[in-house]
Amino acid sequence: MSKRVGLEISLAIAEAVKLADTDMIAAYPITPQTHIVERLAEMVAEGELKAAYINAESEHSAISLCVGSSIAGARTFTATSAQGLALMHEIMYITAALRLPIVMVVVNRAMSGPLSIWGDHSDVMGERDTGWIQLFAQNGQEAFDMTLQAFRIAEDHRVLLPVIVNIDGFTLSHVIEPIEILDQTELNKFMRTFKPKYPLDPRRPLTFGAFAIPEYYMEAKKQVEQAIFSSKAVIEEVWQEFDKLYGRHYTPIESYKTEDAKILLLTLGGIGETAQTAVDEMREQGIKVGLLKLVMYRPFPIQELRDACKAAQTLVICERAMSIGGQGGPIGFEVRSAFYNHRTDLQIHDIILGLGGRDVKVDDFKVLVKHASEKKPKEYELIGVRE
Amino acid sequence: MTEIRFHGRGGQGAVIASEILASALFAEGKFVQTFPEFGVERRGAPVQAFLRFDTKPILLRCKVYTPDHIIVLDPVLTKTVNITQGLKPGGWILLNSTQVPNSNQFSKFRLAIIDATGIAIKYRLGAKTAPIVNTAILGAFTKISGLAHLDHIIDGIKEYVPVKLQENIQATKDAYEMVRQI
Repeated sequence: MSKRVGLEISLAIAEAVKLADTDMIAAYPITPQTHIVERLAEMVAEGELKAAYINAESEHSAISLCVGSSIAGARTFTATSAQGLALMHEIMYITAALRLPIVMVVVNRAMSGPLSIWGDHSDVMGERDTGWIQLFAQNGQEAFDMTLQAFRIAEDHRVLLPVIVNIDGFTLSHVIEPIEILDQTELNKFMRTFKPKYPLDPRRPLTFGAFAIPEYYMEAKKQVEQAIFSSKAVIEEVWQEFDKLYGRHYTPIESYKTEDAKILLLTLGGIGETAQTAVDEMREQGIKVGLLKLVMYRPFPIQELRDACKAAQTLVICERAMSIGGQGGPIGFEVRSAFYNHRTDLQIHDIILGLGGRDVKVDDFKVLVKHASEKKPKEYELIGVRE
Repeated sequence: MTEIRFHGRGGQGAVIASEILASALFAEGKFVQTFPEFGVERRGAPVQAFLRFDTKPILLRCKVYTPDHIIVLDPVLTKTVNITQGLKPGGWILLNSTQVPNSNQFSKFRLAIIDATGIAIKYRLGAKTAPIVNTAILGAFTKISGLAHLDHIIDGIKEYVPVKLQENIQATKDAYEMVRQI
């Protein structure tokens, strides 16, 4: 039977990796991801998980080890944060181009400098263009569920792409809360055996990572592009099956009290729950406000976003990353593009907040909604910053 | 929803105290959330831990700003940190102290003291110069607040405290008996 336990979210992710019977874990510990890989190392050392655990000498090596292991046909997991993810950056593109179903949990942390160990989404936004599928969890249950779902999605032969599950550093990773841990028998109904499509085998030599002359490069990129867009249907199929088995529902965008809402907030990650509390409190005061939580970031659910905003007049994007020298944050660019040529009457406010672990409170969302209902949108705005 | 803030210093066990209390409340069927004030933890530096519990799921990912109760593991902190900041009137302040503070800073609140340091030293919990007072302070808090059952706190200690189990349990029980409401 499944069991609801009080567990630190990082440890729940480690449980998911164990339950998925992962074959190989390569990682380099970095705050705030450390608790996940510490627990996995312990599980392997204690014989609870029969897997290879490699404590690499850097994140660049960790992801490179993952590439090799995944090519050889092993179910492969890694986790990292911030500078660690940046150090993996060049291999990130290769992983997607090689179509390797590696699963990575990114415990989102601000990029230095100034040196910060605290949370925001600036690390993972750097991986926006790599071809990895990206999901955002907003609580411990989602972090646990999505880690399991990620293996199913990545390893599906219609997908064969690596998947990042994002969880906020500290405000999710270090929180103890009730999480339902599926037991192995229950989970076996959902998980599949990993069957690599082209495993590396000395008896049947294959070349991986060959170079592509200009006559081939664009075709190879187009294949990755097609794979990630068609992965959306597979992700939704996996989510439906998960819902049927365990009764937890996942969608590319989660809508909350949007039906009659004139103003919508849009969030990624854990601040979605705080925003939900703010929406409830504003609704009690008669303010017609709703909330969209972006769960699937890559592939970007363009049509779902347009549909979700149909009845709204104002959209307030609340994002924890910025593109310095650009027009705001990465989500702002993407959302505005989704409406260009489709709707010109939607007022889009791009708000950047919660950088480097600055706390995002219930009242912050109330202030934003009031501000957006009174003022015309600027290109973008940083809030909560001292002048 | 009830919110509790722990004030301590790195090494006193404030974070573990919040985890033990969370596990006791969880055993009583509550929805619980607990997390430390995230930072670069150093021995002796002021630290905080937060705990929320409710009868329904908790949808908040921010720090605790208006606690219902506070638990102070080091009385010296009352001189350097504004421990009552945001504390709701009528809320409990539990101080690890041998003396009643002669300050009207606490007049709007309910105050209790416990010599958790003395108890921790008696049972040799931590070093004599840096005793680990978390299990004692929890016993005292359990008594004054009535929020969790002592047996569930003891179960939590079994889960979260790796060494000197019997001594820690006895420290909790002693503090439960010795706490003084002012």
